[in-house]
Amino acid sequence: MAEKYKEQAVIIRQEEISYGVYSMWLKTEQVAGQAKPGQFVSVYCHEGSRLLPRPISICEIDREDRAIRIVYRVVGKGTEELSQMRTGRCLDIVGPLGNGFPLKDKKAFLIGGGIGIPPLLELAKELKSEKQMVLGYRDSMFLQEEFKKQGSLYVATEDGSYGTDGNVLDAIRENGLNAEIIYACGPMPMLRAVKAYAKERGIECWLSLEERMACGIGACLGCVCKSKERDSHTNVNNKRICKEGPVFRAEEVEF
Amino acid sequence: MNTKVNLAGVTLKNPVMTASGTFGSGAEFAEFADLNQLGAVVTKGVANVPWEGNPTPRIAETYGGMLNAVGLQNPGIDLFVERDIPFLTKYDTKIIVNVCGRTTEDYCEVVRRLANQPIDLLEINISCPNVEEGGIAFGQNPKSVETITREVKKYAKQPVIMKLSPNVTDITEIAKAAEAGGADALSLINTITGMKIDIHRRTFALANKTGGLSGPAIHPVAVRMVYQTAQAVNIPIIGMGGILTAEDAVEMILAGATAISVGTANFRNPAVTMEIVEGIRDYMEQYGVNDIQELIGAVK
Repeated sequence: MAEKYKEQAVIIRQEEISYGVYSMWLKTEQVAGQAKPGQFVSVYCHEGSRLLPRPISICEIDREDRAIRIVYRVVGKGTEELSQMRTGRCLDIVGPLGNGFPLKDKKAFLIGGGIGIPPLLELAKELKSEKQMVLGYRDSMFLQEEFKKQGSLYVATEDGSYGTDGNVLDAIRENGLNAEIIYACGPMPMLRAVKAYAKERGIECWLSLEERMACGIGACLGCVCKSKERDSHTNVNNKRICKEGPVFRAEEVEF
Repeated sequence: MNTKVNLAGVTLKNPVMTASGTFGSGAEFAEFADLNQLGAVVTKGVANVPWEGNPTPRIAETYGGMLNAVGLQNPGIDLFVERDIPFLTKYDTKIIVNVCGRTTEDYCEVVRRLANQPIDLLEINISCPNVEEGGIAFGQNPKSVETITREVKKYAKQPVIMKLSPNVTDITEIAKAAEAGGADALSLINTITGMKIDIHRRTFALANKTGGLSGPAIHPVAVRMVYQTAQAVNIPIIGMGGILTAEDAVEMILAGATAISVGTANFRNPAVTMEIVEGIRDYMEQYGVNDIQELIGAVK
């Protein structure tokens, strides 16, 4: 099992890259050295009334300069606090957490929706196979320039302002795309549709799930999802998203 | 400096324990905290058979606290005995197994299965607010508390701690009933029943609608109940409820707790138990306290 670390990271820089979406680079000695695409970190607020860590996926890893990038959306008081932090501030983090995406040498779809898009960037950088990145946005876009450098990019927007007018599967159909493996992260309705699409076509499919968490390290059993088989750790049909996940084989989980 | 405390005949190296349900069986936290430095590890509740627990979301943060409705998901006593107890026996700490059940028979079956296990104490959870059967149903009526305590004691080979709910009118009545039933110690408080509504989605934050409130928000309630109970019974009390710092722990000890459990704070900082052990020592040094016994229930 890979090591996890609790450390004090330092904010190298932070910017708003789309409306309410922030990109933060963190200097972290240990986490950056261990992290893999698809893993996440627990980020702790300074404000004492906010007890629980915010689980945020790792968007990019700079192993040479020992830094990680997280990209998150402001959805509440905790992420709002993070968004106000300036360069040089310290931030307690624990990580890297979760299992991450398996890197396979197959023609791939990287399918991301909304704030599920960021973890696919490091995956895209580390996957050596042919990749087609299919990203769905509600309206305003982010990270698309970075993804463009990694392979062919297809975009769908719900308001039709850019790319395919519709969702990620509409973009796949409209462009007549196909793949041998799918990696996906995004909202539950998108993941359900991707799972059904993969099943129909018999494509290997890996999904990154999310759920409300407390500990982030597998102890509290807050963030489980239903599993098809009895899980060897929990001894029931529940898997811990923070520990056995967040990435699962699509047919392994029911949601 | 002596930090040892005696809990129902079992000597703990210090009064710091983990609160059931927040620490698993210790394996996940062993990467961040040295379990050898803890007075005891209290495991997540275990039943006679595996329990799936409640639907998600099970967790919601609140101001200075959190709600949970995990619903006592657990792997069942068989796997627990095979995997979790052997893991904990590798450490130089006391092992307290939290027991849950739907019926009196369920509790007794688990207690019987633990009779020959290398564990130090049993903590009987009659106060979980998140399950329909068992749990709190046993813990809100003095008569049923006395009865279940007596039943469990018949089969128990280790000292029995009854874990009490704060969701009652008068906790001292419940505490006295547990003592009358033969309890060797008491744990209090379990979580306070609460609710959070997501105003944007206009729905409950938890799938279970209600959950147990924990964290520093409930600490003063816990201190008050530990104090009242300490005046009412002659058995030792393990104080818990929102302990985040060594100061909170000392406060609980002064109120009458022989030992303390750290729960939600583990989520804020997975190494917090170590800091609390250290911080209690610092407090004792600062005030020239040679023996922690001097602090237990010192504020009357």
